[in-house]
Amino acid sequence: MLPVAAGVVDVGFAQRVKALACTAPLHDLDARKAQVQTADFAVYQMSELALHIIDSVTLAMDFDTGADPQRVIADVAGHAAQQAPDRAPAEHEKAARWVLENLINVGSTDRGFRAVYGLTAGDGEYRTYAFDFKLLEEVPGGDGEIYLRATTEAVNVLVGALEVDIESAQIAADLRLDTLIRRGRLSDAQAAAQTARYRTIQYGEQLRQRLEATGRDVHSVDWLTEMPAFLDEAVEHIEARYKAENAILLNITEIRDTADTADRKRQAAQLVAIVRECLRRHDQLGAAVQLAGRRFRAEQDRQTFTPTRAGGTLDLHAQLLVPALELSVVAADLVLGAYFVTSTGTVVPPAVRLSDLFSALITPPTERELLGGEVTEPDLDVIEPEPPFPEECYELLDELLDLDPEAPRRLSGLLEAAREMHPWLPSLVVIRVLALAAQEIHAAVRHGATGVLMAIDDGTPLTDREFAGSDLIVARAALTTAAEEGAA
Amino acid sequence: MSTIETTTDAARLISYGLRPKMLPARDEEYRTLVGRARTDDDFTAAVHAVAAGLGLVVIEVTERTGIVVASTEDSPFAIRMTDYARRTSSEGKAAERVVHALAHLGAATLAYPRPADLADESYIGRISTEGVDAFVREACARLADRVDDEHTDASATEPDLDAAWRVYARRARTGSTGDGRKLSTSTIGVTSKALAFLADQGLLVRTSDDRGGTFRTTPRYRAQVREAGAVMFDELLSLGIAEISDGTGTITVGWDAATVEAL
Repeated sequence: MLPVAAGVVDVGFAQRVKALACTAPLHDLDARKAQVQTADFAVYQMSELALHIIDSVTLAMDFDTGADPQRVIADVAGHAAQQAPDRAPAEHEKAARWVLENLINVGSTDRGFRAVYGLTAGDGEYRTYAFDFKLLEEVPGGDGEIYLRATTEAVNVLVGALEVDIESAQIAADLRLDTLIRRGRLSDAQAAAQTARYRTIQYGEQLRQRLEATGRDVHSVDWLTEMPAFLDEAVEHIEARYKAENAILLNITEIRDTADTADRKRQAAQLVAIVRECLRRHDQLGAAVQLAGRRFRAEQDRQTFTPTRAGGTLDLHAQLLVPALELSVVAADLVLGAYFVTSTGTVVPPAVRLSDLFSALITPPTERELLGGEVTEPDLDVIEPEPPFPEECYELLDELLDLDPEAPRRLSGLLEAAREMHPWLPSLVVIRVLALAAQEIHAAVRHGATGVLMAIDDGTPLTDREFAGSDLIVARAALTTAAEEGAA
Repeated sequence: MSTIETTTDAARLISYGLRPKMLPARDEEYRTLVGRARTDDDFTAAVHAVAAGLGLVVIEVTERTGIVVASTEDSPFAIRMTDYARRTSSEGKAAERVVHALAHLGAATLAYPRPADLADESYIGRISTEGVDAFVREACARLADRVDDEHTDASATEPDLDAAWRVYARRARTGSTGDGRKLSTSTIGVTSKALAFLADQGLLVRTSDDRGGTFRTTPRYRAQVREAGAVMFDELLSLGIAEISDGTGTITVGWDAATVEAL
C-alpha cells in the first residue's frame, strides 16, 4: 500500500471514476464487435445484450447456486434474434456467447477487468492506482457444475446506483414507484419494481455468505451484536416490502382491470407478475432469516463443546496466513516459499542403472491369484461407551434442576450453585439448559407430563468467568390442558 | 554393533521416511528401526547425522507414523515450486508462486484452525477444495474490509508492491474452458492441485469427491505443517513481522480483542 494518509484523497472522485470504469467493458463490446473475424456482429447492439445477460444472471441468482450459463445464453439469444431477425439462430447464440465470454473476460488470467486511474493526493502529487473488478463471476455449484453470479459492481451498474446505502436507496425506490403508479407511468413503475427485487436478492446473498461462514466456524461471524442487527434489518426490509408490494399489487391489479387500452392492460399485467415474483423472493428471504437462528444453534452445539487442549503452538491463521496475505507479493513469495518446501514433503529423484532397467524390462509380470487369500473373521469385542461426565454429576443435575414451578432461576445462579457441588457440573448445566432453550412443548403434552423445564432468553447478558451469552431464565412450567384452562 | 552397520541402519530408516506411505505397523523391519531410534541414543544421533548430510531434518519418529523428515531448501529431495507448477519459474511470476503457496498454507490452516488442534496428536482435520478456497477468500475479504475506510487501490505503477491478498482475491474462483475442463489457473483449480498433490505425498487421504474433493489429514501432515510453520515463522520474524499468540484460536470475524475479552 502506498503511504497515503486517510481522508486526504478525494474518495468521492475515485468513486465516480470507478463507477465509470464499470461501464467500460460494455462500451468496449460495441467498439470491438466490428473486429470479430469469424462472424459479422455489426448489426447487434452489444451493450444491450450485455445488460440483458447481467439482468438474466441477477434474476436467476438464488440462495444456493447461480445462473446456468446455457440458459442465460439461450435467454439472451432471444434478444439477439429480435435485433437481427433475418440472421440464423446459430449466429444469435454465437453473439450471446461472445458477449458472455467478454463479460467474464475469458482471455485474462484473473478473469476480471482492471481500470487504471489517477488521483492527486494531499501533498499535490499525482499517483496512479489500479481498480480491479469483475462483472460476472464463475462459481462452483453444489453439483460440481459451474454457475454464473453477478458481482456487486455489476448489480450496481445495472440498477444505476453506485456506492449507495441499501436501505435509503430502497426507500427512494418505493417513493418513486408510488408516484409513478399514481401518475399512471407504468413502464417506469416496472423498472422501479425490478430495482426493489434486486435489493431483496442482495440481502439474500449477504445472508447466504454469513450462514456459510457460520457453518465453517461459529466464531467467525459475530452472532452477539452484528448478526442479530443484520437479521432485524432484513426482517424490517421484508416487512416493509410486504406492505409496499401488497399495496402496489392492489393498485395495479385495479389499473389492469380498468385499463382502457390493450397496451396499458398488458403493461399492468406484466407489472403484476413482477410484483408477485418480488413477493415470492421476500418469502424466500423470510424463510431463510427464520432458519438462521436455528442453524446457528445447531452449529454452536456441534462446535462449541468440542474439547480444546491448551498447548503453546503456532496459530496458523493469526501468525502465518494473515501476515503472509498482508505482505507485498515479493516478500510473500520469499516467506511462503520456505513454507512450501518444508510442508510438502520430499521427492526422490530417480537414479536408474542401465542393468536394473534392463532386468526390469525383461521380467515377466507376476500372475496374481484372482480371489486372493482366505479372509479370517475378526473377533470383535463390544465396548460400552463411557458417559462423558461422571455418574454423580447427572444425579446432582437432576437435583439442581428440580425447580419449584413458582420459583424460576437464572442460569448464572444455577452455575454458581453447580460450581460448589462438583467441578464438572457447570458444563453439564450449560449443555442441559441450552437444550432446554430449544424445548418443544408438544412432546411433553403428548406424553401427559405434568410440567416441563424451559429456558427463556429475556435479553439479559450472562456475566460468568467460563461461559458467555444470555443469562437464561430456567423454569419448570406446569402444563395445563386447554380443557382444564376452560374449567378454571 | 559396528559404526558402519549403525550408519547403514540409520540410512535405511531415513529411506523409509522418503516413502511416506509406508507405516511401521505394516513393515517388520521399519518397526524394529523405529523402536531402535526411540531407545538407542547413539542410533538416534546417527539418524540425525545422516539426515543432515542429505539436507533433511528429522521432525519426529513415532510408532504410529514412523519417521517424518522435511527437506531444507537446498536439499536434493526438496520439492521445488518450479517443478511443482509450470510457468512459475521466471522472475516476474512471483504472483503465480504466491497463489500456489497460499493454497497450501490455507489448506493447513483450515485443517488445523486452532493452535490446540496442531498440538493434538489425535486431531484429524477435514478439508475440501472449495472450503479451502472459500476460507482463504474470507481471510482476504477481511483484510479488504479492514482497509476499506482508507483509500486502498493498489498502485498501478509498482505491481511488486501489490499485497498478496489482493492477488488471490482478484483471481477467478473457477471457470470453464472451451474444451469442458475446469480452469486450472483459477483459485479452485490451484487448490485442487495442491490437495491432490498432498494426497499423493501421503499427507492427506481423499475421502470423497464432494465439494471439489474432500480430504482428511494424516498425523504425518500435522508434523510436517508444524515444522513448516516454524520455518515460516522464522522467516516472518526476520522481516520483523510477528504476532504473539496466547494459544487461543483467532479465526474470528467481526470480533475484536475487546469483545472477546468481555466474554
